[in-house]
Amino acid sequence: MSHAGSEERTGPSPYRLTFDGTTVTARPGQSVGAALVAAGIVAWRTTRRAGGPRGLFCGIGVCFDCLITVDGRPGQRACLVPARDGMRLSTEGDREGEGGDGD
Amino acid sequence: MGTDLPTYDVAVVGAGPAGLAAAVGAAEAGLDVVLIDAGRLPGGQYWRHDEHSRPPRHQHGRLFTRLRARLRHQRHLGRLHYLPGHQVWLIDRPRPDSGPFTLRLNGPYETAPVERDLVRAGALVLCCGAYDRQLPVPGWELPGVMAAGGVQALLKGHRAVAGRRAVVAGTGPFLLPVATGLAQAGVRVLAVCEANPAHGWLRHLDGAVRAPAKSAEAVRYAALLARHRIPYRTRTTVTEILGEDRVRAVRLDGGEVLEADLVALGWGFTPALELPLMVGAATRRDLDGSLVVAVDARQRTTVPDVLAAGETAGVGGAALAVAEGRLAALSLAAAHGLPVDPRAVRRLRTAIRHGRAFAAALHRTYPVPDGWTERLTERTVVCRCEEVTYGELCRARTELGAEDPRTMKLLARPGMGWCQGRICGFAVAAVTASLTGRPATAEDLRPLSARPFAAPVTLGELAELGDDADEES
Repeated sequence: MSHAGSEERTGPSPYRLTFDGTTVTARPGQSVGAALVAAGIVAWRTTRRAGGPRGLFCGIGVCFDCLITVDGRPGQRACLVPARDGMRLSTEGDREGEGGDGD
Repeated sequence: MGTDLPTYDVAVVGAGPAGLAAAVGAAEAGLDVVLIDAGRLPGGQYWRHDEHSRPPRHQHGRLFTRLRARLRHQRHLGRLHYLPGHQVWLIDRPRPDSGPFTLRLNGPYETAPVERDLVRAGALVLCCGAYDRQLPVPGWELPGVMAAGGVQALLKGHRAVAGRRAVVAGTGPFLLPVATGLAQAGVRVLAVCEANPAHGWLRHLDGAVRAPAKSAEAVRYAALLARHRIPYRTRTTVTEILGEDRVRAVRLDGGEVLEADLVALGWGFTPALELPLMVGAATRRDLDGSLVVAVDARQRTTVPDVLAAGETAGVGGAALAVAEGRLAALSLAAAHGLPVDPRAVRRLRTAIRHGRAFAAALHRTYPVPDGWTERLTERTVVCRCEEVTYGELCRARTELGAEDPRTMKLLARPGMGWCQGRICGFAVAAVTASLTGRPATAEDLRPLSARPFAAPVTLGELAELGDDADEES
């Protein structure tokens, strides 16, 4: 269910990433957060108190809601990390990146 | 190790409209400039684009392409060192009020390549920009609810949209490009919900000020809204966002429910003040209610050798920001004894006066509505990071006696999480003041705006900081 913009451009071939084992594609230049929402995935973190789902909010690196584990590094802002081919993304646990909960 | 580092005449922080103008102007005047920006490409949030797209030609786009060309030229001449993808996390000045500033830099994410982690400069121009101001509303923590600027950043910077049926809500002219941008990307925009009456903002302008470019822009957006059949609903507010695991619908103040999977919220903008506050610059509450940096007629802050331009000194848009950036550059040049054309200074001051008058008219037309806190419920999340609810803030007030945001922060923990109050600061100040039965002041806003570090740092970076400090002392 790709609905990432209307103008499909013939640019460089898309990157292939995984999110909790599922393949997600990204265009070069896109952030991992953009790639996830374009793939219909809107949440990848669970809050500490209420256990609520969170994803992108401010989209520009201010709010820290979109924290994600990238290649085993927890606590990265999905809106700022550029997607790269072969990247492994995983859900951020309830430690909000403060612990070493990567693999 | 750091002793052989060059000391620049000036470090400009931020490569949006103000920062680009300041950096290019300072380099052209003969100063040695370093331009530090968190983004990968120049332009800031306003002129955000990616390698595969161009910034729009409207929205003062020509101004941008000219500035970018001059930036290239100054870099080529070796007068301007541009550091994209670098964020400043700490500024200090080993000798207060004299001698160079030390700026600590890192990348916006852990594995980001960083060319420099330390920069020294004799003066600073802080052009740190702004981000969407937010008012909490029940359900705004649900995935699929985003800041209007974030939705725009996804579109312009990443060519992605986060949904198929959108509602754009809040107040201000910025809602229009977000709505039309979404529609052009194929999203069905169910409504732009503008909380204010929003008609006749031109009437707020006094006779001396004309803004034909802005009027043309308004007409263009009206045509785009009509073409995409987007209802522009004034005096309309989203009072509740519905859904379990993600947004499914919004409820409007009339009771009507619109099914949507994307909600873009924005209530104007608020400047990013961590760096100005870190260096001790005085702030004031602007007409729109946001805390901004106080500057004089030369863009100087209250701290010697620290200037500020653009949204940092009051939200007013790109054209005003560029004029302020240019004036900051000329101020610095004059301070260095370089020749400055007094006519250029006068022209910039006039442009700034007009720009401020225009911004004031917009602020009066699109205010944060009085009484917005009344739609908060016991369980409405106010601080998203620490998940502090309105009910908890009320109890901190009534049971624990918190009457000011600083005490509120200590007792109920709003603004103590990852974002350090960037998102909830304005709201917590307003809620605290309203619970105490008084209007919010600059004093209410300050405790939620200061941060120990301006960007996330690793323990390794902190450890190195200790080592460097030992060396320097």
